[in-house]
Amino acid sequence: MTTLTLSKALNEGLRKALEDDPKVVVMGEDVGKLGGVFRVTDGLQKDFGESRVVDTPLAESGIVGTAIGLALRGYRPVCEIQFDGFVFPAFDQIVSQLAKMRMRSQGRATVPVTIRIPYGGGIGAVEHHSESPEALFAHTAGLRVVACSGPADAYTMIQQSIHCEDPVIFFEPKRRYWDKADVDTTGGLADALPLDAARTVAEGSDVTVLAYGPMVRTCMEAAVAAREDGRALDVIDLRSLSPLDLATIVASVRKTGRCVVVHEAPVTGGLGAEIAARVTEQCFYQLEAPVLRVGGFSTPYPPSRLEEHYLPDLDRVLDAVDRTFAY
Amino acid sequence: MAVDTGGAVTAPGSGSLDGQPDSRAELIQLLTPEGERADHPDYPLDLTTDEVKALYRDLVIVRRIDTEAIALQRQGELGIWASLLGQEAAQVGSGRALSPRDMAFPTYREHGVAWCRGLDPTKLLELFRGVSHGGWDPADHNFHLYTIVIGAQTLHATGYAMGIQRDGLVGENGEAAIVYFGDGATSQGDVNEAFIWASVFNAPVVFFCQNNQWAISEPLERQSRIPLYQRASGFGFPGIQVDGNDVFACLAVTRKAMQAAREGQGPTLIEAYTYRMGAHTTTDDPTRYRLASELEAWKLKDPVERVKAYLVRTGSADAAFFEQIDAEATQVGRHIRQACLEMPDPAPPSMFDNVYSEPTALLRSEREQYAAYLDSFVDEEVAR
Repeated sequence: MTTLTLSKALNEGLRKALEDDPKVVVMGEDVGKLGGVFRVTDGLQKDFGESRVVDTPLAESGIVGTAIGLALRGYRPVCEIQFDGFVFPAFDQIVSQLAKMRMRSQGRATVPVTIRIPYGGGIGAVEHHSESPEALFAHTAGLRVVACSGPADAYTMIQQSIHCEDPVIFFEPKRRYWDKADVDTTGGLADALPLDAARTVAEGSDVTVLAYGPMVRTCMEAAVAAREDGRALDVIDLRSLSPLDLATIVASVRKTGRCVVVHEAPVTGGLGAEIAARVTEQCFYQLEAPVLRVGGFSTPYPPSRLEEHYLPDLDRVLDAVDRTFAY
Repeated sequence: MAVDTGGAVTAPGSGSLDGQPDSRAELIQLLTPEGERADHPDYPLDLTTDEVKALYRDLVIVRRIDTEAIALQRQGELGIWASLLGQEAAQVGSGRALSPRDMAFPTYREHGVAWCRGLDPTKLLELFRGVSHGGWDPADHNFHLYTIVIGAQTLHATGYAMGIQRDGLVGENGEAAIVYFGDGATSQGDVNEAFIWASVFNAPVVFFCQNNQWAISEPLERQSRIPLYQRASGFGFPGIQVDGNDVFACLAVTRKAMQAAREGQGPTLIEAYTYRMGAHTTTDDPTRYRLASELEAWKLKDPVERVKAYLVRTGSADAAFFEQIDAEATQVGRHIRQACLEMPDPAPPSMFDNVYSEPTALLRSEREQYAAYLDSFVDEEVAR
């Protein structure tokens, strides 16, 4: 076990992937000498060379489009999109090309591309640097969408994503990049939790709280606070947003009868809406209250001086927990 | 100051629509519309009579495939068809310039290139009939699937070429990629990004633009103020304009560009100056936006007729040869017609296949539920 920040854990995971498979290519803006604006790729170009860690021209569609071409030639590209709000120029390549290549080719052409996206708010950034676009990708068949919440998962999940035969949109909680935790960098992936499985991170029998990415820590803190009020939250880190690990979700809600979904993204049309519908279908007779959602408002992401009002925090999670007991 | 933003801009150097490129354009031509051989110092081309006959055969068969597919669409057997009429020489010339190891990335109109790569033309029909989104394995003939979003494949080809570099297969005995797109596509961001990527990484890729003068209803003037091949200079690699109705010139120019790419000299933009003689697709009505006289002018430059004229003029082929090729083309037409009529609809559950490498729990459940739903109707019918 070594103690690593989330950023360093990703760095170590990428390093391992580059070592394990000569077909892995890291590409993106400033990923080389600079090591990425969040230093996730720090030192990789120095150790693996410019043909495997590629500073690309500054165009996101080009990054993803050429990654698709590399994948068609047998490579496993790992693209970095510098910030969440910059992924949209690549949207066509991701949604219309990357996601659909397998079906278009009837399984003959595979494009194992991983697209890393630092996402979410809370860092006082300017516009387009704090967004949570995961629902747009989770809505797109053919993509796997995952979000890591801490260093240990970051280390294994990035490797699992690169190994995966499907394209993976890999969301990194940018405000948690400097969170530290113990990471086992000696174990193989065989023992790791599968990429598409959720993980229960706090056991409780009163309310199911579903979160991912940066909101997992927030919900863990809420669970500690709730315990003082005598309420035990069952906190689940979803990890995989598409496909969803519905079995784990449903088992928890059938136990608790209450469910709160938490994400930074706007609740309108968000992942919480999909989860609420699924939970309602499968847990209708166990539910004591409607599934509640805590998330961003139905507004564009506000200027950073207002983001603390926009972003769900411990109190808003607890407020939703309280409301589920009001029914 | 009033600015007219709506009118057509005729800028210096732009091509004109009577089929004559601007006089300053250095159009490479090795076979005149009258079927006379021309020479060009940079593009020597020695073809045996048999090779010329083989090109003629390709041109005739490819046109026949197109004619048959249009008929199949008119008869309701295909949902839509994108005709290549008029572009046969651009596709056959470039297609025959490729080595088996080169990789081609087409749009949805490259039926002639597909033929040259050895793909059974019936495979092309799957997409247009609606039984699949792509009917072949790209690896079988190094011919990638048709791409419908305009220009998106230029980045795929460029990335693929970057893979060739990483495989160490640039240089002697090298490989290259070629990507096809149209005049309209040159306005796409992806195409311009592909030019940048190919340029700065010196990728072994040839950009083959068939300038057929029309992006559905929009004329070339709505895409560019300069001849398209001149765009390349701004990106730092060579651009060449070739007579796209001249199969010899398209062959020679593409051969040279591909060889340069394979050897590590980087990308080339080829603008094949041609004309879409038919509609954009079978759903289009070109009489709404262009004059019949324009088509008539281009008919005089027909890509198939000029090779026939050359063969006749040089006494290389007799009537029996032309009859034999026509008979062969008719056979190909019959073959694709029969294959089209016999093509089964896919089974409904197949839509759940190949979404992911392994079906997810959700997809398994949707497939089972939908199968049960379909079965419920079968039961009712049986009960009755």
